[in-house]
Amino acid sequence: MNFTHTEDRRMLADSLNRFVTEQYGSEFRNQTAYGEQGFSPERWQQFAELGAIGALFSEADGGFGGSGFDIAVVFESLGRGLVTEPFLGALMVGRALAAAGSEAQKARLAELIEGSTVAALAHDEPANHYELSRVSTLAERQGDGWVISGAKSVVLFGDQAGLLLVSARTSGALDDEAGISLFLVPGDAAGLQCRGYGRIDGGHAAELVFDQVRLGADALLGAEGQGLATLEHAVGYGVLALCAEAVGAMDVAKQATLEYLQTRKQFGKPIGSFQALQHRMADLLLEVEQARSAVINAAAAIDGDDRIARERALSAAKFTIGRIGTLVAEESIQLHGGIGMTWELPLSHYAKRLVMVDHQLGDEDHHLARYMALGRD
Amino acid sequence: MDLNFTPEEEAFRAQVRAFLHDKLPARIANKVKAGQRLSKADQDEWHAILNERGWYANHWPQEWGGPGWSAVQKFIFDHECALAGGPRIVPFGVNMLGPVLIKYGNEAQKRYWLPRILSGADWWCQGYSEPGAGSDLAAIKTTAVREGDHYIVNGQKTWTTQGQHANMIFCLVRTSKEARQQESISFLLVDMNSPGVELRPIRTLDGDREVNEVFFTDVKVPVENLVGEENKGWTYAKYLLTYERTGIAGVGLSVAALEKLKLIANKVHKNGRPLAQDPLFATRMAKVQIDLENMKTTNLRVIAAVAGGGVPGAESSMLKIRGTEIRQEILSLIRRAMGPHALPFIEEAQYEGYADEPVGPKEAATAAANYFNYRKLSIFGGSNEIQKNIISKMILGL
Repeated sequence: MNFTHTEDRRMLADSLNRFVTEQYGSEFRNQTAYGEQGFSPERWQQFAELGAIGALFSEADGGFGGSGFDIAVVFESLGRGLVTEPFLGALMVGRALAAAGSEAQKARLAELIEGSTVAALAHDEPANHYELSRVSTLAERQGDGWVISGAKSVVLFGDQAGLLLVSARTSGALDDEAGISLFLVPGDAAGLQCRGYGRIDGGHAAELVFDQVRLGADALLGAEGQGLATLEHAVGYGVLALCAEAVGAMDVAKQATLEYLQTRKQFGKPIGSFQALQHRMADLLLEVEQARSAVINAAAAIDGDDRIARERALSAAKFTIGRIGTLVAEESIQLHGGIGMTWELPLSHYAKRLVMVDHQLGDEDHHLARYMALGRD
Repeated sequence: MDLNFTPEEEAFRAQVRAFLHDKLPARIANKVKAGQRLSKADQDEWHAILNERGWYANHWPQEWGGPGWSAVQKFIFDHECALAGGPRIVPFGVNMLGPVLIKYGNEAQKRYWLPRILSGADWWCQGYSEPGAGSDLAAIKTTAVREGDHYIVNGQKTWTTQGQHANMIFCLVRTSKEARQQESISFLLVDMNSPGVELRPIRTLDGDREVNEVFFTDVKVPVENLVGEENKGWTYAKYLLTYERTGIAGVGLSVAALEKLKLIANKVHKNGRPLAQDPLFATRMAKVQIDLENMKTTNLRVIAAVAGGGVPGAESSMLKIRGTEIRQEILSLIRRAMGPHALPFIEEAQYEGYADEPVGPKEAATAAANYFNYRKLSIFGGSNEIQKNIISKMILGL
């Protein structure tokens, strides 16, 4: 039993934390996160050069990390700075390529790791609510290739992605686990319509409509109709990443709130001297440590072979993070009072991100139900 | 980063399991699992079994008869004991007084009292709380006035757990009227059989009689029973309250209780299917299970920090708060699982040997009484609110 990171991982975390502190101040962050692109291509390149993307993948896949704890360390640092660059898409698409790709498809991992291609997972649809197997977008064989029709919703940076990983149904009914296939689609494919927009917590997303998008045979990732396992695998890494990101953001929100309690004076003394607020802060501390433990459990489980144990740990973590992230956000705002409501205060942006993490890849309720369902087998 | 125990630790776990399998009397384990009340004889028997193996005083240094375990080994031992239905070691002598004597007692005290704790010759209870001094422990009023070779003790202690079995009590007493509240307290060992000591049981809401009031009227206590220095007792009291609290979360006990809950929830039916499949009940179970899985890792993180040279100060407050909340939630779910059968209260069924037909599921007999009994978890050892004060001060710096 050992709860310290390896030397390599600590060095990576240190250099990332330093980079985020120095190059990712809140003013810069908000300008880019709420700007025209929702991220900074320049910073994205710098992150790539620092090795922050490569750390998400194993050496065999061209990276130099790839374990659950490597991913957790990177995303925790990103969370501390509310980084909006398209890491999550790179991670999920990259892990899907690594898990199920042909040699030619895997070769594209290099573009992701170099940061030259923005990748996005296009799975959620206008009518679904986090379900992995509910897919209505259709892919039909046509000659040697495929034709995709349907719509995908809230695709992160879908307006700027050069590479989309799209889930589509090649057989079966709407909710069938079998019959889902995954396709690699260029962002500029003919017939692909895109409506991009900003997100409330910064960064961009897009609604995508596939109007008879024609693809070659080599667009299919993995076996036809058996994409769900790969999708679950990729989304699992995304879940871990979001959880770790949230813990980084929680630490900052907690520290900011604590400092405010120590300095803000009312009734002639620091408001942190009032027991009603002390106990709320103590609760917050407890909960953040429970959240950190949940991420450790998930990071330790994700590299394991036992699917049920792995997926339960991931759902337990996402449930925990959903609940605690929202709590930290709401309590931080409340303990700050009026100033916590302002755009100007960096804290408010951490609060938004923490709440919105619960809206990505399944919320608290979704993962609690999933945790229970997985335990019934 | 590695959540696995080392091969040596796993070997130790196997050793503990084998010991429990061979040595833990089934009769006692069954009582623990059924939530029945243990007698003094049961507890003495278990303590003697542990002592024979050298595992009773597992918080003590080897020099005084401890096994020299690491915090991880203690965690494993507690965990395995809880799962096997081993009784909780009665802490007052071996886990509370022992470490205080080892750190602050003189040679004669150590040589006399420590072996008697190990052998069970003395049964200790704790004289801390008073009617006017609960969370505000430093407000104690019981006095000890020096007269020649003796102290004369007058006052009242309360919530004295298992005082009815005890022949000795360690007390916080006031030995000065001059100094600040915390600087006028001494730590005194009192023979319960001294003239002037009177014990009255307090019946708790579950009908049990495990706590007592202890009255002292002109009780003569030899001065050699003073531990450490006069008026320094507060330091010793605080040491006792923070000593080795890495096990305070009771993770093993909660894991065992959760296993019991799952068995019950699969047996009791609602709407023609096991309660474990009722969406609302299953949700409550899943939530507490996740909280417990997180807690286990939090607890191991604190233990690892201690092993790395840290001191489990205020972190033990975190473990205490969350650990007791989780255990109380599980006990409340066991009570809920019984439905209407939580209502009947057959006092004899709280004890070994009750042979009549149970009302409802057999686990129902103790479900509500245990639930009520364990409301104490968030009150004793420094209430959870006091623990939050400690976190505010010691960790947050508020």
